[in-house]
This record gives sequence, structure tokens and C-alpha cells, in this order.
Amino acid sequence: MTTQPNSQLHDHVPGGPLDEKWTRHKFDLKLVNPANRRKFEILVVGTGLAGASAAATLAEMGYSVTSFCVQDSARRAHSIAAQGGINAAKNYKNDGDSVHRLFYDTIKGGDYRAREGNVHRLAEVSRQIIDQCVAQGVPFAREYGGLLDNRSFGGAQVARTFYARGQTGQQLLLGAYGALMRQVGAGRVKLHVRKEMVDLVEVDGVARGIVTRDLTNGQFERWAGHAVLLCTGGYGNVFYLSTNAKASNVTAAWRAHKRGAFFANPCYTQIHPTCIPVHGEFQSKLTLMSESLRNDGRVWVPQDGGDGRLAAEISEGERDYYLERKYPSFGNLVPRDVASRNAKQVCDAGRGVGDTGQAVYLDFRDAIQRDGRDTIQARYGNLFDMYARITGEDPYSVPMRIFPAVHYTMGGLWVDYNLESTVPGLFVLGEANFSDHGANRLGASALMQGLADGYFVVPATIASHLAGRTLPPVDTSHEAFAEAEAASQKRFQALLAVQGSRTVDSFHRELGLICWNKCGMSRNRAGLEEALQSIRSLRAAFWQDVRVLGDARSLNQNLEHAGRVADFMEFGELMVNDALQREESCGGHFREEHQTEENEAQRNDEGFCHVTAWEHRDGDSEQQHTEELAFESVQLSTRSYK
Amino acid sequence: MSTSTTGDLSLTVHVWCQAGPDQPGEFVTTALTISPDTSFLEMLDCLNEQRMAGGLEPIAFDHDCREGICGMCSLVIDGKPHGPEQETTTCQLHMRTFNDGDDIWVEPFRAKGFPILRDLVVDRGAFDRIQQAGGYVSVNTGSAPDAHAVPVPKPAAEEAFDAAACIGCGACVAACPNASAMLFVAAKVSQFALLPQGAPERDARARSMVEAMDAEGFGNCTNHFECAAACPKAIDVTHIARLNREFLRSSLRPRG
Ligand SMILES: Cc1cc2nc3c(=O)[nH]c(=O)nc-3n(C[C@H](O)[C@H](O)[C@H](O)COP(=O)(O)OP(=O)(O)OC[C@H]3O[C@@H](n4cnc5c(N)ncnc54)[C@H](O)[C@@H]3O)c2cc1C
Ligand code: SF4
Ligand code: FES
Repeated sequence: MTTQPNSQLHDHVPGGPLDEKWTRHKFDLKLVNPANRRKFEILVVGTGLAGASAAATLAEMGYSVTSFCVQDSARRAHSIAAQGGINAAKNYKNDGDSVHRLFYDTIKGGDYRAREGNVHRLAEVSRQIIDQCVAQGVPFAREYGGLLDNRSFGGAQVARTFYARGQTGQQLLLGAYGALMRQVGAGRVKLHVRKEMVDLVEVDGVARGIVTRDLTNGQFERWAGHAVLLCTGGYGNVFYLSTNAKASNVTAAWRAHKRGAFFANPCYTQIHPTCIPVHGEFQSKLTLMSESLRNDGRVWVPQDGGDGRLAAEISEGERDYYLERKYPSFGNLVPRDVASRNAKQVCDAGRGVGDTGQAVYLDFRDAIQRDGRDTIQARYGNLFDMYARITGEDPYSVPMRIFPAVHYTMGGLWVDYNLESTVPGLFVLGEANFSDHGANRLGASALMQGLADGYFVVPATIASHLAGRTLPPVDTSHEAFAEAEAASQKRFQALLAVQGSRTVDSFHRELGLICWNKCGMSRNRAGLEEALQSIRSLRAAFWQDVRVLGDARSLNQNLEHAGRVADFMEFGELMVNDALQREESCGGHFREEHQTEENEAQRNDEGFCHVTAWEHRDGDSEQQHTEELAFESVQLSTRSYK
Repeated sequence: MSTSTTGDLSLTVHVWCQAGPDQPGEFVTTALTISPDTSFLEMLDCLNEQRMAGGLEPIAFDHDCREGICGMCSLVIDGKPHGPEQETTTCQLHMRTFNDGDDIWVEPFRAKGFPILRDLVVDRGAFDRIQQAGGYVSVNTGSAPDAHAVPVPKPAAEEAFDAAACIGCGACVAACPNASAMLFVAAKVSQFALLPQGAPERDARARSMVEAMDAEGFGNCTNHFECAAACPKAIDVTHIARLNREFLRSSLRPRG
């Protein structure tokens, strides 16, 4: 891999004052005549919040839309699992919230590594999202007067989070799914489930189609269109164990990357502090416990390492409430990255609890004594039940054991202000792009971004492509389609042909462990260099020794998984390389070499106040590009939660 | 596969295998030792790893979130959709529910409306088509009034939420002696009937969703209520009563 810095990327953020950019831009954008929209075929890959909202909205506007997902129904996209809530600058609580405050919090929370123009637009459209969802019948939590309730979330000092019990993602997605189903019923969206995008097709340098593999019978199919929207989610499963759903993958994004879409900031990954710890060698995924638990639970470990006693036998003086001790003003409510890193530090020091020593306590004893069991049950009953179901322990009587887990990926395909990638006609939405969260995402902001991108941003900006470029007719008989299909066929045949001795899952687990140990919560040069070597050898071993059973012409989940793991292997290397070159600590990226005396992250604004975007070159090399970040409206400062 | 430690369960697992939609199927038996802390799907992962080690193809089953919310997992376990635990999806079921020495029988959801694709995987596309018939509020993006324009009484919002919690898994159909999809349809119709946003399309919605359900080959509801007993999200049968009222109401009004 070569890593010489190269050209500057242009973000195409319009000029003018920050709070007028989006309005002006919408005015300046070309329009597609409503009568002509039907003639434009838009391929939307993914039906999560980003994909479902985009597909439905574009169809409502009159475009002809074809939509794809890998699950058996559009409603099962991973967005369904989001628990906590969605932010919006409505200021319904009259507590001083505003578009500017949400903008500012997002920029600061992202540790000054996000683009001002995009983030401001996100804060602006956040308000319309809530209006739209309520009109769709999303049953948000309400107060007795019948108005919407809000809570504060993830360290925000205002209450701007809208929520639907602990199932906000589910309810928002069902709203968007309903809108999508309405358009499918009306014949304006053609929906294809259990079809996986395995390649992007470009004609004359413009994205004009995709190749899919039908997961029920292995058939490859070609789809032509005037634009392609990737809404395929995050790449957290490169770590194997994460809070992502099992089918979450990097394949669509990675295939687009190999066709010319730059990949930005892949090293920015978010580790969530409150997950249920790993229980054993067969663990297949990790379960998130909403971070709202930290409002009442106290985090602690025994004062001394190797203390094998039960929690109840450890007296107050022998406990270390380390977050409260180190961060007296934020205490247990420090941001995700800080809470996660501190948990790792105490476990690394041998003070972790439970069988594996890879856990810390989250204790509700004091909250129950103070507020009563009923109150705590009313607040967190479903979470306590979930915990008990998984662990077999009763969190009302013994403290929960928690440990950080991979949860969200801020990195993704590079996009400009229009959400267009470096491949003209290829737009990237939701978690799959890198756009709005910088180096760290705030709680309740991913749902907001996915819906902003899909309901409001791309439906406007796509006109820049459709009306701004000449798009000659292209159909699937074009040789570019034949080439992409043949390449895909070959890849899947190659996987079957290895006929080695190890299972796909065993490779995926090993890859995950390398990434987690060396490119997880904290990173250092030696470890990352070691990881690069290990991933390369593992990838070589994979192609020599993987055993994929079954054939290519039937429903074959093993082959499906193999294809995704093969892409994760390649992607993992890029993620590690990105972490290596970023000589600073910021947000979710903590380089041990760059920390203050108090072990806090140390940014390097002189050297790294930019986005790193990687271009795939022939022969497996990656060329590095940068987009400088200019801050006009906020002052860069050091985050402090002391 | 797993080395037995104290507390591990020794099980005999019988799983339905079927190569394709029109192929014959049969139970395949595997002996397995597993930790009681693993989940049911992890037990199946393990069983599959064991099969693959012996050169056998893994058994196909649907799953995704593995935390009880996406509705992708299914399975009839020892005769019960989603297994023996109340209000628990298959993916949330843990092996500590079983005893050492148990025989466990695993089958797909069986219903005319859910054809088998392979092994334990069925096609639930009919549910999507029922939704297309009216499981939404017709409001185009950008045309919504301010979210506070229409207050919704808290009890109505809460009850609507209870209905909206349906994960579309299909266990209600699998549990019903008539393979009826009434609970699923009722949950959606009820959610919108309880909210002012759903009011304008109330009549058309109940009518067309029920018609779509019938057209997909799901049976009639004859009040066995096995559906609610199997439902992992505790969707209550009162929603079926509401659907019946909505349907009656709609049939008393002119179509249009
Ligand atoms: C447990 C959990 C809790 C969370 N809680 C919150 C929260 O409270 N608030 C918040 O703001 N955020 C939360 N997040 C983050 C948020 O849920 C996600 O970032 C967001 O939902 C992603 O939406 P998306 O539309 O980009 O992608 P997804 O919802 O992941 O959708 C991806 C879609 O792409 C399809 N797809 C993927 N690959 C392919 C392919 N190769 N071919 C075809 N289709 C493909 C899938 O089928 C799916 O339809 C949470 C995340 C997790 C994991
Ligand atoms: S009503 Fe219950 S059982 Fe039926 S689909 Fe919904 S969640 Fe599943
Ligand atoms: S796998 Fe998602 S509900 Fe079971």
C-alpha cells in the first residue's frame, strides 16, 4: 500500500453564511421537470432509515425507483435495532436549544473532524424529520398533555431527544417502511428482497448500475439506472463481535470503493461503553444496553486487582468508582469514548470483574435505595429483563456487568455536500457515508442523519446529477455490465474452489480479534503494524484454506458469509492503515502515543485537521487524499469532561 | 466440537432439512454438548460448525439482529413458535431453558402463506404485500404540519405503541390452527385507528388489509388465540377485536 498524500478533495459546500447555505443551495440546484422524473431510474441499495426514506421520497416525487435489501423484508434493516432516540432542534422544552446549538454540539462531539456545512444542514432539517415521522403515525413518547416528550441523551445539556420507549429505531423504520410500502403498492418502487449488491457498474465514468446476487438461488442479475444510492449501513462487523446485526457488511461499499469511490476515515469507529460482556467462545454478537442506564447506574471495579469476591462482599471503601473519581463534573455520564477507554484501562490493570475479568460493574443499588425498586423498574424494566434473559442474573439484586463493544462506524465512503461520492452518479447515505459525525458520533444522531439524508438531502441534491449531466441511454447489455457480472461470478466460484479445511466463521472471528486487540479502543504504532502483517497472512490463509460447502446455485448462507468476510479482510487492512497514518488521538481514534499526562486524547490540529480519503488503485494499492477542514463558525478547543 | 465442562448440556437436536421449495424434507439428528449460557441460535451455529467439520452443509435458518427486534428469526421449537419461553424470540432464547439429556425438535414456521425456501427458511413476503395494501399513513415527505399541531392523548399513544411493537415475525400465523394472520393485521390497523394521523384512511385501510390477507391464503380467525400466546411481543387479542370493529365500520360505509 502506498500512502503519499495527494490532491485536495473538494467538498462543494456552497458559499455564504453558514445558516443560509442549504436554503441557497436548494435554490441554486437545477430542477428536474416533474413530467420527466418518471424517465429517471434510481437504484436504491438498502432499506434502512436512509434507504427506505430516500426510495419512498424519490418515488413520491415521481422518479422511477428500484430498491434492494439482503433481508427477507425491507422492515428488517439494522436500523430497526436502535434503542435510545433521535435528536432534533425543536426546543419544545424551551431549554435553550436551537439549530446552532445542535450544530455546535455535533461538531464538538465529533472532536472537530466533521464538515461545518453538512453538520449545519443536518441540524436544520432535524426539525422537519420529527414532523414527518409524527405525521406517519410514529408513536413517540408523549406527556400527559398529549405533546411530545423529550429526554437528554449522550451528554447533551438540553433535552432534544425524541424517543419511542426503547425502540425508537424500530418505530422510525416502520414509518419509513410504511412510506416505502405505499410506493411499492402504487407501483412506483420495485422492491427486491434477499438480493445482495456485489458490484457497481460504471459507464463512461458514471455510476449506471449494479450487479446483484439473489440469495435464494445464487443468480446474478444486472440493473441499469441513472443514479445509484448506497444506503448499506456501517462496517462494524469487521470486528466480528459488535452490536450490529449479523448480515451487516462492508461489501457494497467496498465494491464501490474498488470501482473508484474514495473511502474516508475508516479508522473512526465507535465503541459503546454499556454492552453485555462476552460470555464464551461461541458468542456470536454483542447486545447493547441503552446508555440511558448511566443516568442511574454507578460504574465501579474493586480497588485491588484479583479480588475474586462477590460484589456484595466488597465494602464501600474497597470499591473504585473510577469515573466519578476522575471526572467529578460529568461522572458516569462522560461521552462514550471516554467511558469505554476507562473501562479498558481498569480491566487491563487486572481489576476487571466476572469470569473473564473483561467487565466492570454498573450498579443500581444506590438508585434503588434512593428512588425505590418500582421507579427504577419503570425507567429501565425492559432493559433489566433483557439483561436477565441473556445472563441469567437479576440486576435488581446484583450489579450488572458491562463492557464496551463496537457499535457504530463514523468512517465511510467519502461524499461531498450533495452526498455524491467521487464516482459521479453514486450517492451515499446514512451510516455508509462518512459525512456528519467527525471522529465520534453523539447518541441519537445516527437516526437523525439517516433520515435527513434520505427524506430531505438527496431528494433535492440528486437533481444536480440528473439535470446537470448528460446521461445517454444505457441498458444491461452494455459490456460494463457483462464485465462486472463475470467478475462477480468469478469471485464466488473462487470461494467455492478453495476447498480447504477451515470454516468461514473461524476466519471472521480471527480477523475480528486482530482488529479488536490492535485497532480497537486504543491503538499504537507497533500494534497496528503487527495487525497489518497478521491481516495479510490471514487473508492469504483464507484464500488457501477456507472451506465453503454447498454450491453457488441455491440458498447458501455459508457462501454469502464467505463473500462478506473476503471483503472485510481487504477492508480491515485499509482501516488499520488509516489508523496508522493518523498521528493524533481524536474521538473514537485513540493513539497511545498521543495522550496527555492524564491519559486523555490529544488532537493534532496542525497536522490532522482534515479528512483522509483513500483511493483504490490497481494492484491492491491505496492512494491517500485529504480534504482540509476549515472551521469558520466554531473555535477549536480541547474537549474536557473533568 | 465443544469440550464438555461441568454444567454443559448434552443434547440430541433434531432439525428439519429440506434442500429446496419442492423437495422432500426430513429431520436430521445431531448430538451436541453446549454451555447453558449460549443462545439458541449460537447452539445452531455450533451444530453447523460441527456439521461442516464433517463435510456436511450447514442447515439454513433466518436471523439477523439476534436481539429480538428485527423479526428475522423464526423456528418452531418443540412444537412452539419461538420456543418455550413467553414473550421471547428464538434469538433471545438461551440454552439454560433446556435440561441435560433433552431431545430438541426444530422445524420451520409452517403455513400456506409462508412457503419453505430451504431447511428452516420460509418466505414471509406475504406480510410485505399485506402492508402495501394499507399499512401506512399517506403523507408525502415535506407535507407534514409541525409535530405539535395535533396533540395525542398519552393513553392512546401508549396503546398505539403496544400495537406498533409487532416485529412482523409470523409466529402468530405459525401458531394458529387456521394459519390466520389476524393478529399481525390487527396490530397495524389498531395502531393507526388509535392515532388521529391514521383517521382519514381508517375505513379503506381495514378493508384492504383484510382483503390482502385473504388473497394471500391465510385462514380465518376462529378465536383460538394461540397467536397471542406465541407472540414474542405480547400483542394482545383486544387488537383483533378492534380490527373486527374497524372492518365492520368500513363495510357499513360506501366504498370510495
Ligand atoms: C444496537 C444499536 C442501537 C443503536 N441505537 C441508536 C440510537 O438510539 N440512536 C441513533 O441515532 N442511532 C443508533 N444506532 C445507530 C443507527 O441505528 C444506525 O447507524 C442507523 O440505523 C443506520 O441506518 P442505515 O440506513 O444507514 O443502515 P442500516 O439500517 O444498517 O440498513 C442497511 C441496509 O442495507 C442493506 N444492505 C446491506 N448490504 C447490502 C448489500 N450488499 N446489498 C444490498 N443491500 C444491502 C440491508 O439489507 C439494509 O436494508 C444504533 C445502532 C445499534 C447497532
Ligand atoms: S403479532 Fe406477534 S407473532 Fe404476529 S407477527 Fe407481530 S410480533 Fe410476530
Ligand atoms: S434475529 Fe432479529 S428478532 Fe431474532
